[in-house]
Amino acid sequence: MKIGTMTVKAGLAEMLKGGVIMDVTNAEQARIAEEAGACAVMALERVPSDIRAAGGVARMADPDKIREIQETVSIPVMAKARIGHFVEAQILEALEVDYIDESEVLTPADESNHINKWKFKVPFVCGAINLGEALRRVSEGAAMIRTKGEAGTGNVVEAVRHMRTITAEIKRLAGMDEDELFKAAKELRAPYELVKWVAENGRLPVVNFSAGGLATPADAALMMQLGAEGVFVGSGIFKSAEPAARGKAIVEATTHFNDPQILAKVSSGLKEAMAGLDIKDIGEENLIQHR
Amino acid sequence: MPALFRETQNAKLGTGNWKLETEQPSFTIGVIALQGAFREHCRALESAGACAREVRRRRELEGLAGLVIPGGESTTIGKLMVSYRLLESVRALAGAGMPVFGTCAGLVMLASGVVEGDQPLLNLMDIEVRRNAFGRQVKSFEADLDVPLLGEEPFHGIFIRAPWIERAGQDVEVLARYDAHPVAARQGGMLVTAFHPELTGDLRLHRLFLEMAVSARREGPPAAALRSLGN
Repeated sequence: MKIGTMTVKAGLAEMLKGGVIMDVTNAEQARIAEEAGACAVMALERVPSDIRAAGGVARMADPDKIREIQETVSIPVMAKARIGHFVEAQILEALEVDYIDESEVLTPADESNHINKWKFKVPFVCGAINLGEALRRVSEGAAMIRTKGEAGTGNVVEAVRHMRTITAEIKRLAGMDEDELFKAAKELRAPYELVKWVAENGRLPVVNFSAGGLATPADAALMMQLGAEGVFVGSGIFKSAEPAARGKAIVEATTHFNDPQILAKVSSGLKEAMAGLDIKDIGEENLIQHR
Repeated sequence: MPALFRETQNAKLGTGNWKLETEQPSFTIGVIALQGAFREHCRALESAGACAREVRRRRELEGLAGLVIPGGESTTIGKLMVSYRLLESVRALAGAGMPVFGTCAGLVMLASGVVEGDQPLLNLMDIEVRRNAFGRQVKSFEADLDVPLLGEEPFHGIFIRAPWIERAGQDVEVLARYDAHPVAARQGGMLVTAFHPELTGDLRLHRLFLEMAVSARREGPPAAALRSLGN
């Protein structure tokens, strides 16, 4: 009997596919998310739009808060650790969270190294804005990738950019002959074996979700049609006027992403979406996707 | 670099001597595609010689020789089956003889009860199940299982936040156990596993299910149930 293998780590991500992972900050929100049909929840202290507004240092959530959420729902509970903060990850593993998100949404703890994720039994999901970044995270042991988007903005434009970038880069690799892959690996700053695997298989070696800025059922379906295998929705649900209804609508839109009749139906009658931010107004230096 | 990852399974999906024996021109198995690992089941079914069809709406159930309910989150799948009125249709079709194969969350869906909690179920098998029975994700594991019905070679079980069968009725045939808990079973046309054969590349359980579907077809398709399906 073996626990903590890459097979069971990546296997849980396979089971989450086609689903919606919702950010929640307390037990009540977790219950609403589960009731809306979320396939997992992300436990955190504040949703990204509040982190963005508050400034300062954003850290791992309080263990009490995480436990409270774990006791409330039966679906998987994920939690965020700061980039490179392997002790926060050790604490989250001790709490038996189901997935750790080594997340740029929190303030990075190490500017040059990510967590060595092979050392953990609990699986990790990491953000990426392009193929090279995704493969570097996989080489460090990430069992799931999510495109970063720009968290807390309610603006899907960066999520689209990152998904299109990764898809285009995979297509480009697939068209190369073997001799060209060495140079491609160097340019991507990614291990050659992983680059070769992607070229041969035409996809990432782990599940890839979309995240960052999704706020409507149409946003979720857009990302699914662009090739996402599922979606994370952060501020988009609990910063909207009617979280329960919006959550359910986004779940249905993610399942029926190719069915415009259903998309029209579930998009109707939802109250105000979260207020959005234009990326141009944020300023390049304030983007968290470059962390 | 550690051995990779998402099934390099196609290489292992050897065809062997087994062949799906059916005169049906299109022998189609549906796979509930609301959430979870439905694509892996489609791939396994097609490697085993059947046609696979993703099912999200009731009309997509028409003409199926069998149905797979995949792994995923059973609460999510259950809610969507209720919202899109699949629960009652699947129950009617299975009642009229259509075989159903449930893995992990699919096992939960086929049960008549869960030990803790309250969620929509198909109630097609006389089993009561415990969800996340082995613990949270850090307890997820791989282990070789003895499944006598499939022959001597053990079946590699991948258990991910897996359920087990807490109580099985007398008409239920237990096919495999882990730590004394039933983790694979059969009752009439219903087949369930707590683990994930679709992630292994071992097609023996999918073939067993196809054989069940072929013999169910021979006994006559559930025509009356099909007619009453509507949209």
